[in-house]
Amino acid sequence: MRNNSTSFWAFALALPILGFVLPKVGLNEYYFYVAYVVLQYVVLATAWNILGGYAGYVNFGTGAFFGLGAYTALVAMKAFGAPLFVQIAAAAIVGALLGIGAGLLTLRLKGIFFSIATIAAAIVIETFILNWRFVGGASGMQVIRPEVPLGFETYTRLLFFVMTILTVLAIIVARYIEKSWVGRGLHALRDAESAAECSGVPTLRLKLLACAISGALMAAAGAPFPLYTSFIEPHSTFSLNYSVMALSMAVVGGMSRWWGPVLGAILIASTQQLAASASPELHLLVVGLLMVLFVIVAPDGLVGLVQWARKMVGPGRKEVELARGSERA
Amino acid sequence: MTTLLRVETLTKRFGGFTALSDVNLNVAKGERLGLIGPNGSGKTTLINCISGVVQIDQGAIAFENKDISTLAAYKRAKKGIARTFQIPRPFHSMSVIENLMVPLEYIVHGLVDVSNRNAVHAEASELLHRMRLSDRTNAPAGQLSQVELRKLELARAVAARPRLLVCDEAMAGLATKEVHEILDILMELNASGITIIMVEHILQAVMRFSQRIVCLTAGRIISDGAPADVMANPEVRRAYLGS
Repeated sequence: MRNNSTSFWAFALALPILGFVLPKVGLNEYYFYVAYVVLQYVVLATAWNILGGYAGYVNFGTGAFFGLGAYTALVAMKAFGAPLFVQIAAAAIVGALLGIGAGLLTLRLKGIFFSIATIAAAIVIETFILNWRFVGGASGMQVIRPEVPLGFETYTRLLFFVMTILTVLAIIVARYIEKSWVGRGLHALRDAESAAECSGVPTLRLKLLACAISGALMAAAGAPFPLYTSFIEPHSTFSLNYSVMALSMAVVGGMSRWWGPVLGAILIASTQQLAASASPELHLLVVGLLMVLFVIVAPDGLVGLVQWARKMVGPGRKEVELARGSERA
Repeated sequence: MTTLLRVETLTKRFGGFTALSDVNLNVAKGERLGLIGPNGSGKTTLINCISGVVQIDQGAIAFENKDISTLAAYKRAKKGIARTFQIPRPFHSMSVIENLMVPLEYIVHGLVDVSNRNAVHAEASELLHRMRLSDRTNAPAGQLSQVELRKLELARAVAARPRLLVCDEAMAGLATKEVHEILDILMELNASGITIIMVEHILQAVMRFSQRIVCLTAGRIISDGAPADVMANPEVRRAYLGS
């Protein structure tokens, strides 16, 4: 257990260091462009899993949180000239508030009704942005990037570094939740909500907490987006694709452990980027095929496959075989 | 005798259907109360009202002389009211011992005290031993047999250190030997100071267990008294036993 913990914290420290060093050693810009997208999806899938995987509330509003984060950053930049870290912090706060607000309105709903309500929330926010001229309305807005800070050559390289930090933060939060009383409470309410409530779990408060944390992380992931693309418009920023992708990544990776969505996001986003370079339409087919394959072959995702493989090769296998042998005898 | 639970003129409606009408019930500290009645008489609704799973429309519920009528279920659990469910509702993604960790963490030991983890674990293990479930400590809750699920429900409820335990058909679907095993556990829990309300259809079990029986029919209490008196009541026989 202690070894696992040490490895985790070593990884958590190493990733931002790599994120800082790698962009300065002269690798091709394209790698950082792609890696940014992959890491962005790691954050989104990890954030989605906090509410969708741990608590069992399937959120289709990922695009709303992501888009709101992006537009909050844009407003902070345009109205106050805020630096990037302030933009991200503002986006996280607004995302958390939206999470609490949406949660208060929708969390008494269950199953498909909750999911539909989250889609409705996304549409409402997108419609608001579509009609807000200050941020460009429906036609969008060109983002003028300030000078690149911290000695990075380009914004793509800087934002790759920023996204490594956000990724580590998201993973630390998800891991803490999973291993703590928060995670146990969320799992309990997912399995049997009224039994959890009668066991002392304040289910509504926990769900609101999960909504707020998940929303904050999703919005934070969207905050660097205007600087990354240097152009922002509502249709693609609030796209339902973000919701579908985050959900798919969590399902393919496995929703029971924090590292499931991480693996799922790396697998799907990398494959998608490779496929997109061959054909812009192909990546959707790839995601669809992966989903079908995993739902049929490995319903517990990569997490389930890894756990199964561990059982097969680990010390437990010998015991199982011995037990089977003694039963037969 | 000290009154632990007092239900006064309780009424609960679901739309146009009145599930409970003007129900009055007192439960004394340390008592073993049997709650009987035909299907649809309002037994589970009464339990849901007491435990806070549903909110009441009229009347009042007091526990240890404090009004709990509007409290959420988790707050009632913290005040000392625990329950089991008619159809077991385990936290199936967790192991047996983890099921017990939930009330132990949320009610008994507090949430963020990491130093207490071993104590929590030890208490959960001790409880599983008392419930004759130690051999299934690390088994996934979703893989338990019916009688093991019933024991797990009881263990999880008792883990909250309740002063009132409400059991909703804790013996449904069990074989005779298993029924007696659960009854023995309930008797032991009562002997340790826990007041118990038992809803049950198995009349031999109710008779063996109860010091007092209350019979509900169509949302109203039609009889309340010593087991032999209630069973001899013609209205009870007509409504419940069909004779």
